[in-house]
Amino acid sequence: MDFLQPATWSEALALRAERPDALPLAGGTDVMVDLTFDRRRPAALLDLTRVPDLQEWALEGDRVRLGAGVPYARVLTELAGRLPGLAIAARTVGSPQIRTRGTVGGNLGSASPAGDAHPPLLAAGAEVELASAARGTRRLPVADFFTGPKRSALAADELIAAVLVPVAAGPQQFCKVGTRNAMVIAVTSVAVALHPDRRAVGTGIGSAAPTPRRAPKAEQLVAEELDWAGRTALDDGLAAEFGHRVAAAAAPIDDVRGSAAYRRHALAVMARRALTWAWDDLRRAA
Amino acid sequence: MTATTTAAPATTGTGRIGENAVRPDGTLKVTGEFAYASDLWHDDMVWGVTLRSPHPHARIRGIDVAEALAVPGVTAVLTADDVPGENAFGLEHADQPVLAADVVRYEGEPVALVAADHPETARRAARRIRVDYEVLPALTDPLRALDGDAPQVHPGGNLVRHLRLRRGEPRPEAPVVVSLDVEVGMQDQAFLGPESGLAVPDGEGGVDLYVATQWLHVDQRQVCLALGLPPERVRLTLAGVGGAFGGREDLSVHVHACLLALRTGRPVKMSYGREESFYGHVHRHPAWMTYEFGAERDGTLVHGRARTVLDGGAYASSTAAVVGNAGTLGLGPYRFGSVEVDVYGVFTHNPPCGAMRGFGCVQTAFAVEALMDRLAEAVGLDPVEIRRRNGLREGDRNITGQVVDSAAPVAELVERVAAMPLPPPADPGDPRARPGAVGNTTRGEGVRRGVGYAVTYKNVGFSEGFDDYSTARVRLQVTAGEPVAAVHTAAAEVGQGLVTVQQQIARTELGVDRVVVVPADTSVGSAGSTSASRQTYVTGGAVRAACEAVRAAVLRRAAVALDVAVDGLRLDGGKVLAADGAVLAALADVLGDDAVEETVEWRHRPTHAIDPETGQGDAHVQFAFSAHRAVVDVDVELGLVKVVALDTAQDVGRALNPDAVVGQIHGGSAQGLGLALMEEVVVTDGHVRNPSFTDYLLPTVLDMPPMRVEVLEYADPHAPYGVRGVGEPPTISSGPAVAAAVRAACGRPLTRLPIRPEHITGT
Ligand SMILES: Cc1cc2nc3c(=O)[nH]c(=O)nc-3n(C[C@H](O)[C@H](O)[C@H](O)COP(=O)(O)OP(=O)(O)OC[C@H]3O[C@@H](n4cnc5c(N)ncnc54)[C@H](O)[C@@H]3O)c2cc1C
Repeated sequence: MDFLQPATWSEALALRAERPDALPLAGGTDVMVDLTFDRRRPAALLDLTRVPDLQEWALEGDRVRLGAGVPYARVLTELAGRLPGLAIAARTVGSPQIRTRGTVGGNLGSASPAGDAHPPLLAAGAEVELASAARGTRRLPVADFFTGPKRSALAADELIAAVLVPVAAGPQQFCKVGTRNAMVIAVTSVAVALHPDRRAVGTGIGSAAPTPRRAPKAEQLVAEELDWAGRTALDDGLAAEFGHRVAAAAAPIDDVRGSAAYRRHALAVMARRALTWAWDDLRRAA
Repeated sequence: MTATTTAAPATTGTGRIGENAVRPDGTLKVTGEFAYASDLWHDDMVWGVTLRSPHPHARIRGIDVAEALAVPGVTAVLTADDVPGENAFGLEHADQPVLAADVVRYEGEPVALVAADHPETARRAARRIRVDYEVLPALTDPLRALDGDAPQVHPGGNLVRHLRLRRGEPRPEAPVVVSLDVEVGMQDQAFLGPESGLAVPDGEGGVDLYVATQWLHVDQRQVCLALGLPPERVRLTLAGVGGAFGGREDLSVHVHACLLALRTGRPVKMSYGREESFYGHVHRHPAWMTYEFGAERDGTLVHGRARTVLDGGAYASSTAAVVGNAGTLGLGPYRFGSVEVDVYGVFTHNPPCGAMRGFGCVQTAFAVEALMDRLAEAVGLDPVEIRRRNGLREGDRNITGQVVDSAAPVAELVERVAAMPLPPPADPGDPRARPGAVGNTTRGEGVRRGVGYAVTYKNVGFSEGFDDYSTARVRLQVTAGEPVAAVHTAAAEVGQGLVTVQQQIARTELGVDRVVVVPADTSVGSAGSTSASRQTYVTGGAVRAACEAVRAAVLRRAAVALDVAVDGLRLDGGKVLAADGAVLAALADVLGDDAVEETVEWRHRPTHAIDPETGQGDAHVQFAFSAHRAVVDVDVELGLVKVVALDTAQDVGRALNPDAVVGQIHGGSAQGLGLALMEEVVVTDGHVRNPSFTDYLLPTVLDMPPMRVEVLEYADPHAPYGVRGVGEPPTISSGPAVAAAVRAACGRPLTRLPIRPEHITGT
């Protein structure tokens, strides 16, 4: 197995084009597991950890441009204020060791329906920035990035450069259920983001459909019904209906981690609670 | 009697019994330098791998190994035809083929072996073995196993053992009758060091096997049978064991590695990964239990009835003995006038099940304790009082009619856990303290607190007439001017701390500071199994007896040399002392260049077979009791649980090493909590669906609370130093206490274990 170690972004893109058989490697917390279990035997690894551009984040207008190689631990310590939803999700990933190595770019690269970064990115309305040596850079909404279970819009000659996440204009929440209290893959998860600036609500559902997905009907309902101007207390009925619509947007299956019925039920409960907390935070802020 | 709490003094003193002597392997383990079986290495070694059946039941029509043999680097490919001795092994019955010959009976059954110069090469070659399977209908529902039309797993039917127990008036009237069905899923031992071994051919047709196991001699017997070799040509040495919990009682790599080594003439290493480990050892029997208790209106038990089915899977393993425990101990530590118990262990095409910590008592305790809570409710008592009132006391007869002839402090244990302070409400500022923890699923919404109690008793040592003994060889000699004792047994140290206890006993009995524990191997007689909470008792007893024999010999020598009477002489501080403590001589001078060595085979009091019709008899040698109180916070809307406290009291007879005792109690309690809340090998249609630690969940530090532990020391007058087995009771009473607490919090019956979130939410 060849080990390719580009030192610059352009070198990385050139190698990616030259060696379509090379598997990109960031924190390795998915890749190395696959290698160990012999699920993958790529001809080469393309180690991206030496590419400085990927390891940084910066403000780009009202968005954070988060390099694909920034690990969860840094999202937690450096971005909890600007990207609270992603930070809450980052806190739930694996263990301290996994959070130190694992990256948001790697989570996107794997495109697992259970990836914990995905729901908050969906709720925030993030974009993924992809790049290739031949065609340069393109950006697409994260919702369009996921094309199937562990499949994405990433082309064979492309790398993920960054994800562009709007700086939170309002409260954000993320909730994840698992069968134990740490180090657990989501049985299901949900993210809620309030966008008071444009009187909108974002959602993201994890582990309850072939891909992470939004719940547009739930978003629409509360965007219209919430008392954005007066910020009066959230109506219990509205919160419950939001939960039901989130659950209805999911297409879960029965598997060894949980039943479809439980996933729907849990989504409804979590979405209701998450919206309530977010709205209460918004009212308190006012 | 003394009762001590967790805060035992952290002194090591002189490292004698009763002190917190430091483990000789402790530092190595903590620093990562300890050599586990998976670290075994030999220059020139090749790697062995196993090809396993993908089907729960199939006929093998043919095996073509040509393509595998042709892979460069492959040194051997073996099938059933290559087993020189009997193609059979098994703990109690040799019913399991070393390599499947004509039929496979469970998913994961070994079919062929490959040796190659690299494990990767061996694995790839194994994939090129073409096995022509004719898939057969599989029996995967144990409740159908005894139906006339069920597929037969073995000729002779699907019943491994039926235990029938009858006592007292057959159908007594009781004013209060409660009943319940409980189901317990399949738990895995989940030891962290997967199966590993190294077989080294001796060039003369024999072999040395280094392997992680629980009982070297029972392994040796089975390996010899399969290899067709006498014991002197098959020598076993214990390799570093990374946990066992019963999962290493049956053979894994043993015969396979030896076969490959003898065939290739090269040392062969075999080492399973985690996934293979799930197929490579037996699990805890899943159980289906129907229980009924009758009682007076004041809660006094009148009768107990139980019908239990244990799924033994495809081979017998230790199912018969597990049935024995699930029957003879199956109504818990309570007094009953009338008893009717039937336990069935059956064959299916599911993964084989066998020994696991708690051995038949774990499953039944979930039913017994849940039913005791129901009874309490029916008669208007609280869970503590119902147990206090019915708990066994010393001198009582248990359900097999055996007199419990040492301490049976059921009432005291339950009272003690009930008297411990209850934990304060969860810290609202710490998300880790909530159900769901950093999953951020509640800020208190839906969270209810529940408290649950459970108590148990468990047999220590092997039962039902088994000749249960251990052998110890102790040698005392002078090395570099200092007397040094060497203790040699075949007893397996599996992490529990037996090596420390052996040192403590030798220091105590021989009055020396330096004690070397010689690596366990088959050049000394059998120590019996490291299971049934028995080694401190039985091998401890053997080491003490061997030390006493050495001491007697040394004192006789001293008496002759010093020309004094031997009576009253003793050893301490490396000196021979007179009765008044006066130093008579240095041990080094008495011994000179000689070594004094004694080998002793030591037995506990005999046990007896039970009557086949009534199940009556003195089946067990000793009973160990423990109680737990669990406090949980449950998010009843999401079905998530945070165990806030899991406190316990246990009678250990005498704590030879208090720290090690508490360690056993912590670990056992975590294992019971795991079964109550998350640990299950999920098997569907004979296929294991979660053979990984991604989906077989073990409790983490956020699932297991800090514990309050009260250790009681009611010495058993029949046991060496008064010890009582420690390792298993915590695994038994912890889970039912957690389950009871969750029931109390959410108000649902929760009769299926492990409790899943959807059971709590009812979705
Ligand atoms: C013990 C353990 C616990 C875990 N717990 C969780 C959890 O709770 N939640 C969760 O979501 N995940 C969890 N994971 C999975 C994993 O940690 C995450 O998916 C993580 O985000 C992967 O990031 P990485 O940097 O390690 O990616 P890698 O393993 O390096 O790569 C993952 C994939 O992305 C591709 N890739 C990486 N970078 C790029 C790039 N710049 N361009 C194109 N492709 C790229 C790789 O080729 C690969 O296909 C866990 C893993 C382990 C081992």
